[in-house]
Amino acid sequence: MTQHLSTQSASSLEFMPEKGKPVLQARGLVKRYGQVTALDGTDFELRSGEILAVIGDNGAGKSSLIKALSGATIPDSGEIMLDGAPVRFRSPIDARRKGIETVYQDLAVAPAMTIAENLFMGREILRPGILGLLKIIDKKAMLTEATRHMADLKIGIRSMTQAVETLSGGQRQGVAVARSAAFARHVVIMDEPTAALGVKEGNMVLDLIRRVRDSGLPVIIISHNMPHVFEIADRVHIQRLGKRATVINPKRLSMSDAVAVMTGAMKSEDLSADMLAP
Amino acid sequence: MSNPSALSNPKTKTWLQYLPSVTVLGPVIALVLASFYFATQTDRFLTPQNFSLILQQVMVVAVIAIGQTLVILTAGIDLSCGMIMALGGVVMTKFAEQFGFPPVLAILCGIGVTTAFGFLNGMLITRIKLPPFIVTLGTLNIAFALTQIYSAAQTVNISNPASPLLVFGGSLSIGGTVFNFGVITAIFLYIIVWFILSETAPGRHLYAVGNNPEAARLTGIPTQRVLLLVYTLAGTIYGVAAWLLVSRTGVGDPNAGQTDNLDSITAVVLGGTSLFGGRGVIFGTLLGALIVGVFRNGLTLTGVGSVYQVLITGILVILAVTADQLSKKK
Ligand SMILES: Nc1ncnc2c1ncn2[C@@H]1O[C@H](COP(=O)(O)OP(=O)(O)OP(=O)(O)O)[C@@H](O)[C@H]1O
Ligand SMILES: [Mg+2]
Repeated sequence: MTQHLSTQSASSLEFMPEKGKPVLQARGLVKRYGQVTALDGTDFELRSGEILAVIGDNGAGKSSLIKALSGATIPDSGEIMLDGAPVRFRSPIDARRKGIETVYQDLAVAPAMTIAENLFMGREILRPGILGLLKIIDKKAMLTEATRHMADLKIGIRSMTQAVETLSGGQRQGVAVARSAAFARHVVIMDEPTAALGVKEGNMVLDLIRRVRDSGLPVIIISHNMPHVFEIADRVHIQRLGKRATVINPKRLSMSDAVAVMTGAMKSEDLSADMLAP
Repeated sequence: MSNPSALSNPKTKTWLQYLPSVTVLGPVIALVLASFYFATQTDRFLTPQNFSLILQQVMVVAVIAIGQTLVILTAGIDLSCGMIMALGGVVMTKFAEQFGFPPVLAILCGIGVTTAFGFLNGMLITRIKLPPFIVTLGTLNIAFALTQIYSAAQTVNISNPASPLLVFGGSLSIGGTVFNFGVITAIFLYIIVWFILSETAPGRHLYAVGNNPEAARLTGIPTQRVLLLVYTLAGTIYGVAAWLLVSRTGVGDPNAGQTDNLDSITAVVLGGTSLFGGRGVIFGTLLGALIVGVFRNGLTLTGVGSVYQVLITGILVILAVTADQLSKKK
């Protein structure tokens, strides 16, 4: 699991086991809503193989940042790079085509439809040949695929023909995460994935997020839940007043100090080098 | 590691869950009970002749209700359906009888007009983002006025009894029960639409749009295009209904279809389709149309005045909508 690079110091290796190359980056993103500046030239970097948490006070610009990265809003200026190449997303569909999948806070599921239908919503598997040209769907293939995929992620829901509204909150979250993981080729973004979940279900979703990362997809998670952030994140991006204040190493900085940086009680310059993420 | 069963389904299915929901079961029970009651009241009710009569009486509303179902599945409503149908009927009969168009071409023109009206509804709803209720209330009046102006409020007669305009009036008899071509066509349309809804990607997209439009948009479904298509297709279906009506009555009637919007909504709701969108089965609507037809027919045969028929239909709708609302809350 640990990737030893001879050039790195021993201490950084100890705490940042898997340091990958940049996958999704942003520089100087600006987004204004009338008088309000939601993003004030923020930077961003997600690396391969990591879970990056984005934390910040209410109104710090977390959702605005994530919306820009997922194509849900178009920034006024600044640039976004995917695998080092500049990209421009005009809609969530654009970002999705580039392999960036988002789990929205309200999950974006159709409650009356089945798990399999929700997993394949908008990208149904069509029957081969002429039937496919007539847009006739392959229900059997979708069922098999859905079952296999949910089993891969160890989400123990047996019947894929159950309506999503019959599931518990954690199970629904599982369906939304599974959908993103199934179609993401590059990045999975999750907005508050454990909000409104009980302790047990919250932990299950955290495990699920780890499995997504271990399957090779880097994950961005926004959360107000500090214990969850510190349990799961490899690096923590702290957003403050529309800018990236700093990126910290959660193994080295305490939760209370992270909150102090978040609220402005502590300056990011005051942090020692080993507390920052490399 | 926490317990992996936390995300698995704690409940196992009981036999109760295999029962159709109350929204489907209620109407079936109502239909059976009503039929039983009418059969005890008059021996003219339970006859093959009466059965085929009921079918013919409901077929036009049943076809309109197909379009209405598609619209309601998207959480919309179409008040203009009956008036659009009346306009289509007048156009096809006038074109054939007074302008000497070949009847088939005249029929296509009539269906073209109703399709254009459906398209207009769809454009106003998707482009200007007006609520379907208001849009179709407006087009209801426009279609009504155009029908009256265009026909000068005169019924259009059809001179040639062998005209294709009347083709659905024909029938074939199987074991004493007469199957009207119009009825067969209506059932055929139901089967086609059922297939599209349950077996094709656009059909599933329609449910997704009705269920959660924002989720549908985010997963890449062209929600506005789906809506436009639904209203346009509904218009086409009203055109077919116009042709069925002309065949059944033998005339182009400018005063047709005036209660068909409420009748079709009644059929859809009785059939268990949710007014909140995204839930419902097309065959439920056929059942709903039959219920309305059976009640009307049975009450007429037992000598109950038409005002009471309206009263009972109203009560049925309220019951069905209440069941819909309660099942949503739970
Ligand atoms: N659509 C919008 N229209 C107007 N102002 C907006 C809009 N979206 C965000 N803002 C403003 O931009 C600022 C940043 O909002 P954003 O939603 O990105 O914050 P956040 O960090 O996600 O906060 P929270 O933790 O409360 O979710 C806020 O002041 C907010 O009021
Ligand atoms: Mg937010």
